[in-house]
Amino acid sequence: MLKSRHILGISHLSPDEISFILDTAQSMKEIMDRPIKKVPPLRGKTIVNLFFEPSTRTKLSFELAAKRLSADTVGIAASTSSVVKGETLIDTARNIEAMRPDIIVMRHSMSGAPHLIANHVESAVINAGDGTNEHPSQALLDLMTVREHFGTLNGLNVTIIGDIAHSRVAHSDIMAFSMMGARVTVCGPATMMPPDPDALGARVCLDLNKAVKDAHVVMALRIQKERQGSLPLFPSEREYARSFGLSRAVTSELRKDAIIMHPGPINRGVEMSPEVADSINSVILEQVTNGVAVRMALFTLLLTDQQKLP
Amino acid sequence: MTEARPILLSQGRVIDPVQEIDIVADLLIQHGRIQEIAPRISSSEDTNRIDCQGMWIVPGLVDMHVHLREPGEEYKETIETGCMAAAAGGFTSIACMPNTSPPNDNSAVTKFIIERARECGNCRVFPVAAITRGQKGGCLTEFADLLAAGAIAFSDDGLPVADPAVMRVALEYSRNFKTLIISHAEELSLSRGGAMNEGTASTRLGLKGIPAAAEEIAIFRDICLAELTGARLHIAHVSTAGSVEIIRAAKKKGLRVTAETGPHYFSLTEDAVDGYNTLAKMNPPLRTEKDRQAIIEGLRDGTIDAIATDHAPHSVLEKECEFHLAANGIIGLETALPLALDVLVRQEGFAEADIIRLMTGNPSNILGISGGSLDPGKLADVTVIDPEREFTLTTEALHSKSHNSPFLGRTFRGRTVLTILEGRLVFDMLQHAYYMS
Repeated sequence: MLKSRHILGISHLSPDEISFILDTAQSMKEIMDRPIKKVPPLRGKTIVNLFFEPSTRTKLSFELAAKRLSADTVGIAASTSSVVKGETLIDTARNIEAMRPDIIVMRHSMSGAPHLIANHVESAVINAGDGTNEHPSQALLDLMTVREHFGTLNGLNVTIIGDIAHSRVAHSDIMAFSMMGARVTVCGPATMMPPDPDALGARVCLDLNKAVKDAHVVMALRIQKERQGSLPLFPSEREYARSFGLSRAVTSELRKDAIIMHPGPINRGVEMSPEVADSINSVILEQVTNGVAVRMALFTLLLTDQQKLP
Repeated sequence: MTEARPILLSQGRVIDPVQEIDIVADLLIQHGRIQEIAPRISSSEDTNRIDCQGMWIVPGLVDMHVHLREPGEEYKETIETGCMAAAAGGFTSIACMPNTSPPNDNSAVTKFIIERARECGNCRVFPVAAITRGQKGGCLTEFADLLAAGAIAFSDDGLPVADPAVMRVALEYSRNFKTLIISHAEELSLSRGGAMNEGTASTRLGLKGIPAAAEEIAIFRDICLAELTGARLHIAHVSTAGSVEIIRAAKKKGLRVTAETGPHYFSLTEDAVDGYNTLAKMNPPLRTEKDRQAIIEGLRDGTIDAIATDHAPHSVLEKECEFHLAANGIIGLETALPLALDVLVRQEGFAEADIIRLMTGNPSNILGISGGSLDPGKLADVTVIDPEREFTLTTEALHSKSHNSPFLGRTFRGRTVLTILEGRLVFDMLQHAYYMS
């Protein structure tokens, strides 16, 4: 059903494929509410989690998704891999490939790294975040969460606030939401807007109050302190919190049915105040739950479809 | 070296923009020199008479921007393989950049390069020496000593001279020797960490971009310094519309500024990077269609004086890897002329003589070297082009040691079929069919 053998990015998927993945994820979610949270379809399949960047939530989510489908999983963290010994990425991937895994889930600090690997292995590759490019499973879980709430994605107003230029979550979300018929607005310091937002399908609104005015969905991105580096893109966290943080004052002006999202982990008090994160409109933990369901769906679709491919 | 037989290139279209010749004629080469150009020349028994009907006979091409990688990175290219690639591309004179290992910042390296090239014997190599010691951007190299050893210009190519005060001193000092400073124009604080052009494609690919302004600011800086010092300045690898505009204004003002661009900048855009294609990674990066058009206009109206390849060989080690880690640069010696024919002549309607001028007379004038024309009496550096000869670029067909070209697999129409250096055949696929196609 999926055209590609890999999940490299939202940009490689069609709206029909996205709907199909979300539908599948919905039925997977049901499994997670059972007392015995494990089904057998991927018994005998091997999934390697190859993480070149630290990750807690995403790695755990992929791992739980695999285990609930009865697949065997192995996790490799960059610090323990041979990359530090000077092996090239292609060699690392080929060596893993030689042990016959079925899926390689990969996170890497450089954009396009999973695309490179996908060209050199027979296994299916799932991009679990590459540099500042894409994080497709995150976007899919975001779509699922929003669709559960509003019953549709078409016609919704989605506003994403934060470091849009350097956020792979934002890149995937903008493409995914706009592909499914939502209008995406991005907001934040102008220093953090992408060079050509149009290329992704977003419009920029630099005024926070205007940006969120009619939004059904307001998503705050994590301010990545580690990215601030030698040239900070905003003067201080204090000023960021006051200018772009989601506070009660901002959220009180939202539509009554608006939901608040965050890909996590949250810097409470910076991009989002604690009251907002824990408010009734917040769906942040639902996102996390849906993450497992979406990843179960991706595994199932890739491995059941693979046999049909030449 | 034994005296070569006289060569008579018969009934080809002789194009020499310097002499303003464009006629079907015979061209006779004797004792390593161009003897005569005339409608019909009778030849002696021992003359190698080569039928050039339907072909162009032009001055040997001149590439003022090549990386030969020797000394230091011989696994990418050697002076020998680089010269073979040059001959196969129709080039009889090339200028090689100093960013070798060690860099060409002293006369020993300059002499080594010239000596190696002489041994290889199939292309004339003119070393460009570093502006600063170790290309570190600080203390000047010994210009006088380097020039005496055979260097013909100065550049820290590959690295910009970051400090404007150092660039000023270099330009001032160059006046003592009437030599040329070649600027690799890049404002590092804006380009650092960038992997491609900043814009639509970089947004789409999630790659950090290099804004056009990083090049334009640096070009403007160096033009201001050229005006301040009265020195000659040449701008390497111009890639943006804004750069063309800045150079055009400088020329209008009467400043002694010249410029070159690479074939890739008039042939490709940033879209070539799609799929994280490291073969399309270079510095300056491929830009937008608007920039490409401006480069073509710059070539048309003379703002850009020369086509130079920036031939930059890299092995698979530097290219088959993460895009961010991949080295910048593509090879160009064997595709420059075919691209000029495809894009400039056939798509953009340039006169044949104009692209020949951009690849012969103009660059040799800028460098102040011989060649670049077919004047009788001159050393016989001659290239014969078959404008209709089709070929597909494959790794097997390349003479360069490296194959990092985004044009692999592309079929071209028109190429060099014969290259003559000082009266000797150094590349010949006219009389020898074994070469391929």
